[in-house]
Amino acid sequence: MMTPASEIPAIDVTDLTVAYREKPVLWDVDFQSPQGVLLAIVGPNGAGKSTLIKTILGLIKPAAGRILVLGNRYRPQTRLIGYVPQRTSVDWDFPTTVLDVVLMGRYGHLGWIRRPEKEDYRLAMECLEKVGMTDFAHRQISQLSGGQQQRVFIARAFLQDAPIYLMDEPFAGVDAATELSLVSLLRELKNKGKTVICVHHDLQTLRDYFEWVMLLNVRRIALGKVEDVLTEENLRRAYGGRAAFLMGKGADEKESWTS
Amino acid sequence: MDFLISIFSDYTLQVVTAGALILGITSGVLGTFAVLRQQSLLGDAISHATLPGVGIAFFLTQSKDPLVLLIGAAISGWVGTLLINLITETTRIKRDTALGIILSVFFGFGLVMITIVQRMPTATKAGLDKFLFGNAATLLYSDVELMMNLAGLALLLIFIFWKEFKVITFDKDFAQSLGLPVQRLEILLTSLIVIAIVIGLQTVGVVLMSAMLVAPAASARQWTDRLGIMIVLSALFGATAGVAGAITSSLILKLPTGPMIVIYLSVIVLFSLILAPNRGLLWDWLRAARHRQKMHTTTMLKNLLLFSEIQTNPFHPHDIAALKAIGKGPINKTMVELSKKGWAKQYPDKRWALTSTGLNEARRLTEEFEEQFESME
Repeated sequence: MMTPASEIPAIDVTDLTVAYREKPVLWDVDFQSPQGVLLAIVGPNGAGKSTLIKTILGLIKPAAGRILVLGNRYRPQTRLIGYVPQRTSVDWDFPTTVLDVVLMGRYGHLGWIRRPEKEDYRLAMECLEKVGMTDFAHRQISQLSGGQQQRVFIARAFLQDAPIYLMDEPFAGVDAATELSLVSLLRELKNKGKTVICVHHDLQTLRDYFEWVMLLNVRRIALGKVEDVLTEENLRRAYGGRAAFLMGKGADEKESWTS
Repeated sequence: MDFLISIFSDYTLQVVTAGALILGITSGVLGTFAVLRQQSLLGDAISHATLPGVGIAFFLTQSKDPLVLLIGAAISGWVGTLLINLITETTRIKRDTALGIILSVFFGFGLVMITIVQRMPTATKAGLDKFLFGNAATLLYSDVELMMNLAGLALLLIFIFWKEFKVITFDKDFAQSLGLPVQRLEILLTSLIVIAIVIGLQTVGVVLMSAMLVAPAASARQWTDRLGIMIVLSALFGATAGVAGAITSSLILKLPTGPMIVIYLSVIVLFSLILAPNRGLLWDWLRAARHRQKMHTTTMLKNLLLFSEIQTNPFHPHDIAALKAIGKGPINKTMVELSKKGWAKQYPDKRWALTSTGLNEARRLTEEFEEQFESME
């Protein structure tokens, strides 16, 4: 395993508060992620998980707080972060091909006016190959299944070639086999020294997929190695009385309240 | 032949055709973005919101110069758009309601302005009412020149910012994460839509201008899955309807141009909705019918297999009445389909039996079904 050469946190968030009208979505959150780890952000619905990563990316203006990415104030133009939005956030009936969507990952490198060239297409095809979607390159995106859509988004993020990745529920609505192949893709990124931070929903798989976790419910509940953080006490603080279900046997019981 | 030459050398015809062509192409291109951004109604609100600008511009300058009137229209349309955004962002009113408010308030105010201005002594035959339903016949060569310059500017900017407009339309958050100035690009795109609307005001009028934005793009979407092709088709549809409508209305029927163009657009939309491959209704219907027939034949094969398992001879012929008793759908037709494939054979007295290939096929289907069922568990 590669160890990060630098001790500077990949993401360093201090005293972050985000409010929608008067209602706080994030309250005084501190969040540091070391470099080169797989980190999950976990918490109940409405805990502010997506808001946190969108704020780090600069998509949402915080009411207060400081955000450093690899030690500097973040400007998206520096291309330090690759972003995988929620799959359902876009209209998949948009008239375009898989390859075209992946190529959007190069737009940051290309800058204004310049169009993708041969080399960009080659790189995009390479990324499609990594996610096993080569045969779909020229398909219309509306023909993809949920898992395939997710792979296309991940291929696009690969093409961004950033040291840090923020992913918003990459496993939402994909089948078990696809989930496992996505996990191995994320591990591959980590093994290359990248930092991968995912909003995640499933406590059952947390231990298997991630090494670091932040429990979030508007405030930060806990942050650290999965085995240290995933205690009954912490879960109760994040999820309230429902925590007993989460530690219990079934995914079934969990489904019944998350859905 | 002389007639044709006389038509094509006719000044009015040339001007009307050129004007409608420019208008059709521009609104076709910009309309594609409006439709894909799910902002079809924004065009309607903006075009209605341009009307007060025309009245105010005339009121202030007492000038009939189209440049002055169109600048007034553009400013007013722009203010309308800003107000829509302001209402959506600062109040709890939803966007569609904000659109409705701005559309009706501006349009009502515009009608009042136009009526007052028309009564002013200086305004005799100002012809401002053409801004309501459009009148291509009043276009002058200088108007077309102005339209062409505006259209050229709009299309050039679309070309320059092609990939940026594409990515903010498909995935706004991602575009912003790349560091693109998404808000400014959106304002630019909306401004270009305002330009497309202003280009069409004299010809189509504020009331029906949104049809020129929405209908060609919606039709084009039916025929293709590529943004580039969609834009070209949309421009083509817009130009066709524009030119046909402008010529029929101004030279043949002496009617307002807007409604005439909309009639041509409706034909294009209807044609595209029904006949386009893959996305067309006819296509859907054929696909559903084919699927239904396949279900019927599959079920019938399975039923015959079931029958054959209780007989010592699997190829024993069964009465069609028995098959009808346990089957569904058009049994006679289904049996003919099966015999065409060589899976069933007809015997005298309306009796049917499996063939040996039919038996194999039925067994294969049953196994396939069971495998699928197991993999689902």
